[in-house]
Amino acid sequence: MSARDLAPVLLVLGVLAALPFLGLSGSLLNFLVTTLIIALAGLGWNVLGGFGGQYSFGHAAFFGTGAYATAILQMKLGWNAWSALGAGIGLGALVGLAIGFLSFRAGLRGSYFALVTLAFAEVFRILANAADFTGGAAGLLLPLRPGLATLQFADRRLFVLLVVAFVGVALLASRWLERSRFGAHLIAVRENEEAARALGVDALSVKLRAIALSAAITAAAGGLYVQYFLYLDAGVAYGTWISVEALLAPIVGGIGTAFGPLVGALALQGLGELTKHLAGGVPGVDLVVFGACLIAVIAFAPQGLLGLRRRKRKARAVPVGA
Amino acid sequence: MYAPQILIEAALNGLMTGAVYALIALGLTLVYGVLHIINFAHGALLTVAMFAVWGAFALVHVDPYLAMVGIVPLMFGLGYGLQRFVIGPASHGNDNNVLLVTLGLSIVLENGLLALFRSDTRALDSDAALQVIELGPLLLSTPRVIGFVAAIAVTGLLWLLLNRSDTGRAIRAVAREKLGARLVGIEVDHVYAVTFGIGCACLAVAACLLMPTYYVNPRSGAAFVLVAFTIVVLGGMGSIAGALVGGLIIGVVESFSGLLLGDSLGQIGIFLIFILVLLVRPTGLFGARA
Repeated sequence: MSARDLAPVLLVLGVLAALPFLGLSGSLLNFLVTTLIIALAGLGWNVLGGFGGQYSFGHAAFFGTGAYATAILQMKLGWNAWSALGAGIGLGALVGLAIGFLSFRAGLRGSYFALVTLAFAEVFRILANAADFTGGAAGLLLPLRPGLATLQFADRRLFVLLVVAFVGVALLASRWLERSRFGAHLIAVRENEEAARALGVDALSVKLRAIALSAAITAAAGGLYVQYFLYLDAGVAYGTWISVEALLAPIVGGIGTAFGPLVGALALQGLGELTKHLAGGVPGVDLVVFGACLIAVIAFAPQGLLGLRRRKRKARAVPVGA
Repeated sequence: MYAPQILIEAALNGLMTGAVYALIALGLTLVYGVLHIINFAHGALLTVAMFAVWGAFALVHVDPYLAMVGIVPLMFGLGYGLQRFVIGPASHGNDNNVLLVTLGLSIVLENGLLALFRSDTRALDSDAALQVIELGPLLLSTPRVIGFVAAIAVTGLLWLLLNRSDTGRAIRAVAREKLGARLVGIEVDHVYAVTFGIGCACLAVAACLLMPTYYVNPRSGAAFVLVAFTIVVLGGMGSIAGALVGGLIIGVVESFSGLLLGDSLGQIGIFLIFILVLLVRPTGLFGARA
């Protein structure tokens, strides 16, 4: 990666890292953390869905696994938060590999892949809701123990920095995908799997590596979520809302681009907060707006918000009358 | 072990629920057969129909079975309009886009209902739900027997419509060969919308059959939609007979896994079948296409 690739990432990270120190209120900090966590989950989805063209409707399977592993390892086995988070990310990647191996080996694509991922997430949700070690329907409550080893900070701004760091790593990974040989293979498989195979690309292996990376990033989002909010149940961890949010962010922001998920998450969460304020406590109105945005983006801006900018620039570049 | 009477009752209850499941799955499989796409808004549209049945009863006291006369054409119109003016134009003919547009639609419908009706659960306050038919030593709930008979009848009607009418011939032509159908003068967009409308009409019938014994809240459809997906995949995407057989099988499986595993784990049997069928035989029992 060249300096020209790195510069925008560093600039964005700098701005994000400075935000919490502008005297934001507690609720704005919460909003920032939630938005960045959704952006991170979206960055994960984008690796598989954006660059790889495999639309998962069940990324909650990875988010939830990362979250539950992070919480359970600390609570039941007494691990420190850092290694628990790391193990959660690793476990998420393994779950991704397993689901990917089963689905891609069976040749599932398009609607079929979307359905099978959705079903896996539902199976996990039902199991987590019924099992003992996940706290069952009552959920898990991480004990409040501020400290560096428990990743709980009295100053919430420090946690924002931690999430920004994770978003930074995911952004760099996405940048790398745009430039690397692996990324080129992944895009080739997305555009035309048969042709890519004919050119000697091992499609199964490429898709497996993509789903593992994608799942790991989304599992990190889950681990950070539980570490910040200190509470988890099956509906939060494996519910459809996170699967939907993880795919909305990149699609609205710009599918298959490094910054798309971040832009999409900021735009959608901001819009959601605004609608919630305007609607005055009527439940569901913010989600109606999300759904309408999804339809509108696909109808009018299939390349997402970032695509709009690019199209404008292109239009400007074409001389009048050409 | 369980007494034989309990097992027989579980099987019969499963078959009765399964027939209504099949009716829900019919619309899904029909739309898949023609548009070659999974309609993710199917569950939310079922919820809309269920609220319509509830509203008709709560506001003007219309019997749910009688309400069919009004709600079926209304749902047909809604489905026709959605396909013609939202899903079709928004998706630019790209399969992944249809998937996402119908997902967006389901989010809008589900949460629109949540905003209107809140998350309260509503049921019909009717004593019809409690009536039973005695069959020797077995007691069968009357609304469920009606549901079973009506669901089988509607499946038969739909089969006749598809195989004996001009509309049916046009639908099958579009499903088989879109371009060819267009060349012989069939209006493909119209046929798409009609098919989507018929799918929604099936949901309306299902809603009228379900409501006497069931309840509705904005998330009700979501509980049915994965079941319907499972049935469609099990039966073979696009197969009417497959939807019926798949529905009955799933109904019985659910009934028995509920009996053996309890309510909270009972549904897992369905999902495991779903994943297994997708992975082992994605063409389903009646599907021919690889």
